[in-house]
Amino acid sequence: MLLWCPDWPVTAALREHALPADTPLALTERGEVLACSPAARQDGVKRGLRTREAQARSTGLVCLLHDPALDARTFEPVVTAVEAIMPGVQVIRPGMGVIRAKGPARYYGGEDEAADVLLRTLAAIGLTDARVGVADGPFAAEQAARAAGETGTEQVVVIPPGRSAWFLSAYPLEILEHPALTVLLKRLGIRSLGDFAALPASDVRNRFGLEGALAHRKASGLDHRDVRARTPPPRLDTASEFEPPLTRIDQLAFAFRVRAEEFVEALRGAGLVCTVLRMLLSTESGETSERSWRHPRWFDADDVVDRVRWQLQGTSTSDSALTSGITRVQVVPDVTEDLADHADGLWGTGTDEEVHHGLARVQGMLGHGAVLTAIIAGGRLLADRRVLIPWGDPPPGPAGARNRDRPWPGRVPGPAPATVFAAPVAAVVLDARGNPVDVDLRGLLSADPAFFGIDAERRAVHSWAGPWPIDERWWDPGGRVLNRFQLVDRDGSAWLLLLEDHAWWVEAGYD
Amino acid sequence: MPLPAGPAPEEDEPSGDAEGLPRAGGRSPAEVALGLQTRIDALQTSRLGSRNLPTVPALARILPGGGLQAGGSYSVRNSATLAMALLAGPSATGAWCGVVGIPDFGVEAAQGLGINLERLVLVPDPGSQWLTVTAALVDVVPIVLTRAPEHLAPTEGERLRARLRRRGAALITLGAWKQSDSLLGVAESAWEGLGAGTGHLRSRRMKITATQPSGRLRHAYVEPADLRGSTGPGPTSSYTASGAGTRSGTTGPADALFGAHLVRSS
Repeated sequence: MLLWCPDWPVTAALREHALPADTPLALTERGEVLACSPAARQDGVKRGLRTREAQARSTGLVCLLHDPALDARTFEPVVTAVEAIMPGVQVIRPGMGVIRAKGPARYYGGEDEAADVLLRTLAAIGLTDARVGVADGPFAAEQAARAAGETGTEQVVVIPPGRSAWFLSAYPLEILEHPALTVLLKRLGIRSLGDFAALPASDVRNRFGLEGALAHRKASGLDHRDVRARTPPPRLDTASEFEPPLTRIDQLAFAFRVRAEEFVEALRGAGLVCTVLRMLLSTESGETSERSWRHPRWFDADDVVDRVRWQLQGTSTSDSALTSGITRVQVVPDVTEDLADHADGLWGTGTDEEVHHGLARVQGMLGHGAVLTAIIAGGRLLADRRVLIPWGDPPPGPAGARNRDRPWPGRVPGPAPATVFAAPVAAVVLDARGNPVDVDLRGLLSADPAFFGIDAERRAVHSWAGPWPIDERWWDPGGRVLNRFQLVDRDGSAWLLLLEDHAWWVEAGYD
Repeated sequence: MPLPAGPAPEEDEPSGDAEGLPRAGGRSPAEVALGLQTRIDALQTSRLGSRNLPTVPALARILPGGGLQAGGSYSVRNSATLAMALLAGPSATGAWCGVVGIPDFGVEAAQGLGINLERLVLVPDPGSQWLTVTAALVDVVPIVLTRAPEHLAPTEGERLRARLRRRGAALITLGAWKQSDSLLGVAESAWEGLGAGTGHLRSRRMKITATQPSGRLRHAYVEPADLRGSTGPGPTSSYTASGAGTRSGTTGPADALFGAHLVRSS
């Protein structure tokens, strides 16, 4: 017994975006229409059309990108509803599922009755255009379900047992979806599945190999595929409600601890570990905070509780008081991996694991953003070139980090300074007469620098170079105009200075 | 003083300001005993089973014991570059490095010196929990660079040192720390490439000094290339435990790698 919801991607998209059912909608992939709604089909839109041509044919067309994950996600409640009345659904693809007909047919008193029950269940959750085909194998059942749509208002087509080959015999070879074989068979004068099925199976196998033999079995109504019922996935997410709402982070962490342990234990029972989780917090005043957390290894209970704490600390200003009480904490595992891939080796997995543990402990003490790793990005100012990423977060992709391989005119030549001040330090640069050195609008230096000082102390300048102008983002009001200098004082210390708006700053020190 | 050209051999000089040497006049017996104990500790540079972490050769020559010792603590007086060079040796052989309490750490320079950024962990602002964070990192990371603690009780310092010895990690502090095994610093540095309004900084020659626990001072002249960590020796060869008596300075693996012209016994 095969259940088919026609145009499932379209149905899924309509539901997801809350569009009325008669919207002309087309789902596109790589500039071509992949699926379209009945309203769009009436306007002449069809699969494989260029997006632009489809828009020309149907002026009110809504074009959306096709999202396979969305299809699978929205089909999940349908499968759950079907499983409630008939166990053992195998999902072939989103929108199509197979059920072994024997059990339901006996329970409901016949294949027609079982199919009716199935359709009524689906109608109850809002799916009125589903089709059901019953046949000896999934392939024949699929054709039967498709036939159900074509023959008018009929939603169910039942092929009696043993009649599948007869049912399929009038179909053309194309429905086998095997173009090479189809072309060859047509040249041999075989035009329908019935003709193909009439050939002796052993001859087909000798002439066309394994693929030909499989196609031959399909054409004979004997599908090599069996219905393999899916095991419903265990519910791994967990949620905790708090009544009365909790207002302190430590209370919340304490109260959630048991749930966190259950969450990790449930995952472990399923032979999984969670590497990315989504945390949803709801407050009394109706706010929700949602964030995805990633772990360098996998989450244990302490880590989950820490993430609750960090997420709250990130949203509230003070350390322990929230804007309003937390009523609900929900943890959803986003990415789970097999426990076996993360199991400890027989002799331990070495130092990296210890490092992860130790750093997680420091993060637990100081907060998520306190332990950092660094990468070097592109940029002119040294502070821009240093990108710090909290431990465990993924590094920004090529779009996130600026490319350091680009030329970046204006960056510092020569060796990189060892001390790059996180916040530039104010400095003073004076000429031989004791006047501050400045650069005018034409980029000319008022006088050669002779003395340099960071605090009250003044040191003689040994050698220097500059000004090197940096005119960053001149089109943007937030852009900066800077002049950069290198300077070695009489002690042999070298400094990198910035002159911005008549004020001197030490950007970095070559100590 | 003009710096001599070419690498100069290391020399031992008596240090003018040897600290921690007790002068017995007018002290209570307990203080004298403590002072003597300090002196004995200072002379005992090599412990049974001490091993060397891989060290940049230019620095291995002047460090006591012929390299960074597991469980040792080192102070770097005035140079972040020198501190990074100490990290570069272990990092080049795949060790993790931790940096605590130094928000101004120049990551690009660190990479230039051969520190593997993928195995570098920064905790720029440990706040009031400096000791806890440093101790936690020492537990898992073989080499930790930190700013010298301002207020640390001697007992806490001893506990940290005991932890270092137990975990076999090395601690490097920026700024002088009385409890460190050796004090390194840049005594002179001369930059090349910069004129009066022309050129840009290209390279630098440094005179690096290392004060040994016995109060002796050794120095070496280095070029930037000498401070770069290389990926040459694998961890197996670099981590072989040197026997007791590395005081003679010839059994350390770092010495074995860099020829006979290196270390003279002090």
